[in-house]
Amino acid sequence: MFKNYFKIAIAVLKRRKFFTFISLFGISFTLTILMVSTAFMDKVLSPDYPDYKRERSLYITGIEIRNSKEGWMNSSNLSMYFLNHYVSTLKNVQKMGISSSAKPSNAYVNNKKLVIEYKYTNADYWNVLEYKFLEGKPFSQKEIDNAELIAVISKQTKEAYFGDEKSVVGKYISADNINYRVIGVVENVSKTLQNLSGDMYLPYTIAKENHNNTDVMGSYNAVLLAKSTADVPKMKMEFDQMMKKVPIPKDFDKIYCNADPFFTTVTRRLGGNSTDGAVTKVVSLVTGFVLLFLLLPTINLVNINITRIMERSSEIGVRKAFGASSKTLVYQFIVENMILTLLGGFIGLILSLLIIYLINGANLVSNMHLSMNFTVLFYSLLACLFFGLISGVYPAWRMSKLNVVKALKA
Amino acid sequence: MIRLQNIEKVYRTDTVETLAINGINLDIAKGEFLSIMGPSGCGKSTLLNIMGLLDEPSKGLIKIDDTDISKFSDQQLAKFRNQKLGFIFQSYHLINDLQVLDNVELPLLYRTSSAKERKMLASEALEKVGLSNRLKHFPTQLSGGQRQRVAIARAIVGNPQIILADEPTGNLDSAMGNEIMDILINLNKNEGTTIVMVTHDESMAHKTHRLVRLFDGSQVQ
Repeated sequence: MFKNYFKIAIAVLKRRKFFTFISLFGISFTLTILMVSTAFMDKVLSPDYPDYKRERSLYITGIEIRNSKEGWMNSSNLSMYFLNHYVSTLKNVQKMGISSSAKPSNAYVNNKKLVIEYKYTNADYWNVLEYKFLEGKPFSQKEIDNAELIAVISKQTKEAYFGDEKSVVGKYISADNINYRVIGVVENVSKTLQNLSGDMYLPYTIAKENHNNTDVMGSYNAVLLAKSTADVPKMKMEFDQMMKKVPIPKDFDKIYCNADPFFTTVTRRLGGNSTDGAVTKVVSLVTGFVLLFLLLPTINLVNINITRIMERSSEIGVRKAFGASSKTLVYQFIVENMILTLLGGFIGLILSLLIIYLINGANLVSNMHLSMNFTVLFYSLLACLFFGLISGVYPAWRMSKLNVVKALKA
Repeated sequence: MIRLQNIEKVYRTDTVETLAINGINLDIAKGEFLSIMGPSGCGKSTLLNIMGLLDEPSKGLIKIDDTDISKFSDQQLAKFRNQKLGFIFQSYHLINDLQVLDNVELPLLYRTSSAKERKMLASEALEKVGLSNRLKHFPTQLSGGQRQRVAIARAIVGNPQIILADEPTGNLDSAMGNEIMDILINLNKNEGTTIVMVTHDESMAHKTHRLVRLFDGSQVQ
């Protein structure tokens, strides 16, 4: 039976090549965009180098103070004082990795300017995050306390600054006219990890700012690591209770700061604010957008399928006359449509691999390497089946309702 | 074998009501070869479609093989057609995308039979109509007579008790028409299949056991 359906499906595809082209183009193009977007989302949302402990982590990326009466507000990253004075005292925080947002500095290699983005970090940053050291080691608490002019650089910076040199530990790198001794080289981090990627990492104690200033606002972000996944909610609750005790700066009446799971940091950035993580909102919006995006080619397919069915009314009449029930015909047509969509899905997969290869090759986002993994494949297959079912069911139902006599006369 | 009691068929549009079949009573015995004649539009094909359970009468009772099919569901009707009835159409209605063998296998797809068994039965049916050398051809590669023979093979492959033929020789020249008629006569004689045939051709009709004439939806002979 299935073989017969397959034969018919292939024959129908061959029959009206233009329709087939339109159908396959619609399916493969839509799926390609979905697959590439899914690969991108997977890259952004799944634990990725060097941030492998997301299940145990909460992220603090900003603080906001408001004057609700006057209607003005101030928001920024956090100060080292805030993190050390308040957050580090929390019992459920096993370790806290602190880093500043990346800032550009200028270096010169053979009279050519090289922009090096540097970040200040604390010692635990290297314990919370799992950077891969290609040579050397991270800086210790002692080196931080001594405010030594040392640096951990990325592989990309090493290649750009030192060229083909094999080992650069112990050598000096000059940025903004300050010489830093290189003590380690780490694998590059994708730019999609905004708070973690940088070209050069320096001890925070050599930053020019005054760390004794009691302002809550500054230029740092933090990753809080709990002992276990089960401790994360406790850590969050403890953080929220702590926030109630943080004194509100003069001229303001409200203060907001959130320790979020990784996913919430993304949704808060995309559609929320300091009081709303916007998880439901963003997820619903994305789902709605994907459905709408799928709906257009689906309607197109439904139309093409209906036209094709009308061409096959004689076949439908004959099948009914010789014993096919409406249910059997619906099943046949859905199977045929599935074959078409899976074929489109296969073409879409090849196109996606090609586009991902081109995106990776062009290095559109620095150090971002997209890949087609099982998660992406799974969702793509799901999208194909969804496509096949939705665009097949209505035409199949209409076909099965055709009156045999009319179908045979058509 | 087939009993029609007071069958009426009315086609309704918003403004007009057309009586296509008007109170027909007909008993067709098992193994009988009956032909239906009449001018165009007199209701011959409508009557055949009603007998073949392809169309519902507006009024009246149909019994096939002593079974009242008036309350059958779509699923039951499909099964009944599949097991008891075979159809031959004037314009063959073969599926051009499928090879001859696959076309003939079609009724067996809706039964529980293995692919091997289907192939064997379809080959046998094609042999009966003298087309065993055309199994892998597509319908468009055959002549009109050959196509009608494929359609006959498809109608008999499931070994139905009744064959309903709607002008089976209508699109063929007289030589080919006679060939098709001989196949149907042999089928009736040798296998005991009940055949009801709609025709315009007096000479073909006279080769059958009984002739029914219709005029304006009513039986006149």
